[in-house]
Amino acid sequence: MDRRSVNEEGLTLSEISRERPEAGPETIERGDVSSGQGDSALGMKIENLSAFYGSFKAVTDVNIDLRANKVTALIGPSGCGKSTFIRCLNRMHEVITGARAEGCVKLGEQDIYGKGVDPVRIRRRIGMVFQKPNPFSKSIYENVAWGARINGYKGDMDELVERSLRQAALWDEVKDRLKQSGMGLSGGQQQRLVIARTLAVEPEVILMDEPASALDPVSTQKIEDTMAELKKRYTVVIVTHNMQQAARISDYTGFFYIENMGDPGRLWEFDETSKMFSAPERKETEDYVTGRFG
Amino acid sequence: MVTRSGAQKSTQKGDPEGAVFKPPTGRRHVWDRVFSVLLLAATFVGLVVLAILLADVSWDGVPRLSWNFITSFSSVIPENSGIYPALLGSLWLLLLTTIVSVPLGIGAAVYLEEYAADTWLTRLVEINISNLAGVPSIIYGLLGLGIFVNLLGPITGGQSLISGALTLSLLILPVIIIAGREALRSISDSVREGGMALGATKWEVIWGHLLPMALPGTLTGAILALSRAIGETAPLIVVGAATYITFAPDGPLSRYSALPIQIYYWISQPQPGFQAAAAAGIVVLMAVLVLSNSVAIYLRNRYQTRA
Repeated sequence: MDRRSVNEEGLTLSEISRERPEAGPETIERGDVSSGQGDSALGMKIENLSAFYGSFKAVTDVNIDLRANKVTALIGPSGCGKSTFIRCLNRMHEVITGARAEGCVKLGEQDIYGKGVDPVRIRRRIGMVFQKPNPFSKSIYENVAWGARINGYKGDMDELVERSLRQAALWDEVKDRLKQSGMGLSGGQQQRLVIARTLAVEPEVILMDEPASALDPVSTQKIEDTMAELKKRYTVVIVTHNMQQAARISDYTGFFYIENMGDPGRLWEFDETSKMFSAPERKETEDYVTGRFG
Repeated sequence: MVTRSGAQKSTQKGDPEGAVFKPPTGRRHVWDRVFSVLLLAATFVGLVVLAILLADVSWDGVPRLSWNFITSFSSVIPENSGIYPALLGSLWLLLLTTIVSVPLGIGAAVYLEEYAADTWLTRLVEINISNLAGVPSIIYGLLGLGIFVNLLGPITGGQSLISGALTLSLLILPVIIIAGREALRSISDSVREGGMALGATKWEVIWGHLLPMALPGTLTGAILALSRAIGETAPLIVVGAATYITFAPDGPLSRYSALPIQIYYWISQPQPGFQAAAAAGIVVLMAVLVLSNSVAIYLRNRYQTRA
């Protein structure tokens, strides 16, 4: 079965978006030969990232390596800047009035904050699933198809919708009611619909900001199973408050922490998940993962 | 717990003696019932007065209605007077005003809500749009006279339908803008975020999601605004709508009359025949309003289920 969608001319969606007549130089794609070909996704390298809301520094000096085709979990107490950080990775943070980010975020070899880079292009390649499921008030079919369509997809839409819904483990439940509204699904189904529409535009990286925190345990389990499948094709980054979830599904874990109130959040420790949960190096990490606070 | 007399009173769980909490017998339930009756009366007063007015007008007007009435022109003889040119004039005005004001109003609402930065200038514009919605319509008539009839006379043809329509458009534009903004504001930001996270431009999110979602609310505001425009008399008189006209309008540059103006002219005539004609004219005006509202509400409901 075809892993990347291909239109009539044999171009993948990634190649189509490269040809899209957007303003600005194509710095993000030059030299980026691996995008759109084969199974491996790109990893991300973050260097000295700080995020601000106006003059308030919310996140400071994060250096982290998000490895390709792996699941990285970001844990930490509330208010440590995890959500702010993850929104910097697909340039959604700057959408808020007065918010900005400084530093270097590399997708593959290219800095997505580089001069002349179009954030709209970035957001197709780095998808995001939010905490509260936010399907569009359109039909299930349209929910999945819309993103692909505006990004110039000219291939078999029915096939793309089915493939995306299958990858999100939702196809069997909705295949008979594709024309019904996406809002009529349960919370867990809505979240999987959001995952499906994110997959339909063929990102390299999928960011998830507490995707299961608003869902029941059964839906949570289904989404965790989906993530295990997703990492074969994509790089996954997940913010979660649920430490057992982080321990279950992730390969790497980053712990965010704030020392005093009003300080910016920082990445306190980062390591392979097994090591983070059994033998963390720093005291605060150990206190958090053993449940002494949080 | 200290009572009014100052003595200490303790309550058992559930307060069986009613020592502290007053049970809802007597006064509390009575007031509940009194208010529900008062509020019902408030609703009915408005509706009953309206119903009486409509009944009275219909009583006088319906007998006078006939195909002849609708297709005849005005005449010095009351019995021969018809509403044809005024009816056509109002329909033309309705069409032209809709074409001008609805796209402009929605466009302005989208810009102000989605694109404009939160500067002092934007806030100034916001405040003034609310003020403009309350300006008396005759002022708009004077504005229309100065700009559309005189200044732009060569283009608009002076005292023409298009001048009248443009004047009415200015009049109802603030209302449509406010309705559009409220409708857009009511859409949660999660929709915008969801769209942008898929690599959509701002316009794609607006066109694909926000406008379809905002359309029902905006159309409701637009319907109300257009209904008001159809009933306006003073600004149209100022920009040159005729009270007595012997031909039907033949295009946007034509001279014209309108239903409220015709009714106003007939009412001010002494002959009782004209009073009856005026009543019939009011019935026709009501019918036009109900018809155009129904079409608009139908369109709104269609968009509501689709989006």
